[in-house]
Amino acid sequence: MSIAVRNVTKTFAQFKALDDVSVDIPTGSLTALLGPSGSGKSTLLRVIAGLDTADSGTVQIEDRDATNLPPQRREVGFVFQHYAPFKHMTVYDNVAFGLRVRKAGKAETKAKVDQLLELVHLEKFQTRYPAQLSGGQRQRMALARALAVEPRVLLLDEPFGALDAQVRKELRAWLRRLHDEMHVTTVIVTHDQEEAMEVADEIVVLQDGRVQQVGHPHEVYEHPANDWVMGFLGPVTHFGDLLVRPHDLDLAHEPSDDAMPATIVRVTRLGFQTRVDLDADGEPIYAQLAREATDRLTLDPGTQVHVRHARGEALPPSAPDSVPAAVEEPLAAEAQSGRAQVR
Amino acid sequence: MSQLLSRTDQPAWWRARSGSNSGGGTALGLGLVTLYLSLLVLIPLGAVVWKSQSNGWSGGWHQVTSPQAWAALKLTLTISAGVALFNLVMGTIIAWVLVRDDFPGKSVVELFIDLPFALPTIVAGVVLLSLYGPRSPAHVNIAFTRTAITVAMLFVTLPFVVRTVQPVLIELDRDMEAAAASLGASPFVIARRIILPNLVPAMLTGTGLAFARAIGEFGSVSLLSGNLPFHTEVSAVNIYNQIQSDNPVGAAAQSTVLLAIAFIVLFALDGLKVWGRRRG
Repeated sequence: MSIAVRNVTKTFAQFKALDDVSVDIPTGSLTALLGPSGSGKSTLLRVIAGLDTADSGTVQIEDRDATNLPPQRREVGFVFQHYAPFKHMTVYDNVAFGLRVRKAGKAETKAKVDQLLELVHLEKFQTRYPAQLSGGQRQRMALARALAVEPRVLLLDEPFGALDAQVRKELRAWLRRLHDEMHVTTVIVTHDQEEAMEVADEIVVLQDGRVQQVGHPHEVYEHPANDWVMGFLGPVTHFGDLLVRPHDLDLAHEPSDDAMPATIVRVTRLGFQTRVDLDADGEPIYAQLAREATDRLTLDPGTQVHVRHARGEALPPSAPDSVPAAVEEPLAAEAQSGRAQVR
Repeated sequence: MSQLLSRTDQPAWWRARSGSNSGGGTALGLGLVTLYLSLLVLIPLGAVVWKSQSNGWSGGWHQVTSPQAWAALKLTLTISAGVALFNLVMGTIIAWVLVRDDFPGKSVVELFIDLPFALPTIVAGVVLLSLYGPRSPAHVNIAFTRTAITVAMLFVTLPFVVRTVQPVLIELDRDMEAAAASLGASPFVIARRIILPNLVPAMLTGTGLAFARAIGEFGSVSLLSGNLPFHTEVSAVNIYNQIQSDNPVGAAAQSTVLLAIAFIVLFALDGLKVWGRRRG
């Protein structure tokens, strides 16, 4: 294990940010701490980095007890949500900072900084000040700065939170490729489940300072530990008493044993899929259909259809290793949303 | 919409007028500001400079370099510079404590910092005289000494560095320090290489303002210093005395020198701001 967090509790004034949290981060993995705001995910990251101290519990980094080590000696690279650039220094000096603090030689520093600036595509910007960079460029500079000291673990706090959607997607894919090349143990904090599923090997779901579930992205999505995790990780709707994914609902014109009748209320076409709002005996539910299903059915408001849960009891739970995780499948989110079927 | 209307549906004379409308507003504002500043600042200052050379520039310079005036000027500049530098250090420390530390009575301290701004300086003089004068309850008598001038100037210039550094320190991104720490920087290195460079422009601005304020200080100094020529007479008091002894040209000449120095300081501060902005 690269990082082992044991029974960590942290309270701010009256607020319990972390409540008896234990997490293992395997060496070389990319792990996402996923949760809504106030779930304690950022606090956990800061406790690992030594920027906050836990009230109780221990933190081990690479089999070394780091609980009482100051941040200077934890050999951790930290990328802040708002990048925390040294705004009075050029891009070059920002990246060189850690090396200079360690009294690295001039030639060695230059070689390392040049290499990193090339890695993050900022070679041409080395004499600029952070104020003259775009958000994405600042983010990459912060990443290069953290990597310069060759940390044992890389910690990223909502690294893409302040970027617009397009840049965010690009940087996400780039970070994943970077990780596959460098194999630095990486922990990324995010509140965006799609982001977590796209980049991470493993997801730690947090809520109210407690770990709700740990697992591969696919595992957490398909076999959530509880209703809260299910609702947080993706869209949900009701099927009788069951909480289900709307893309797991099938619609048919003919009745069947395991189907229940409902009336179509509204049909919304969202590109390659269609959202069908239904009235199931007074309860509003909705199904998400693939294009092929949409074409086959007559979907008019007021029409009666029969709703069936496509992944009912009959389906055996899939073993995590038999399923391609988001690592090998960069389009995991797309694959999941395309699962809706209709017979 | 109104722009669209003015382009198409309105007669040419109106279009011409409305086209120059925004420019007209700016010109009016600019004119008003220029007039106000002229009446209040430029013309009086010009008059002082004009007056100072009514016996020729060399005559004015002769007045400034007369032994008593020259001694007053040297004394003023020396003590002001010392006071400004002392403020640079103490003001920064006070600002740091006010921003980064929490202690009971902090809001009261905040209030006291501004007191020298609000208090008439002559009142400050009375306060200092009663505390450090011949009838000092603490038996500390510094009246009629250069120490008295220093204390008075320190009192009136206290807020400058504190109030320029404080907002910058509040705005300073704490994550910068955390980032430096996790890159291995010791607290000393963080203070020197991360915090200080970000505070320097504000620190120098405050110091410059304190200096400019100190060289012109009259009220608080005049009571406590005793105004002994060649010993405790500062420029402002010297100017006053020259007016009293009917030497308006000498007073104007001395004033022009103080004016020039204040201008140089303000110009330098402006240059500093441009430099600071360029670096974001």
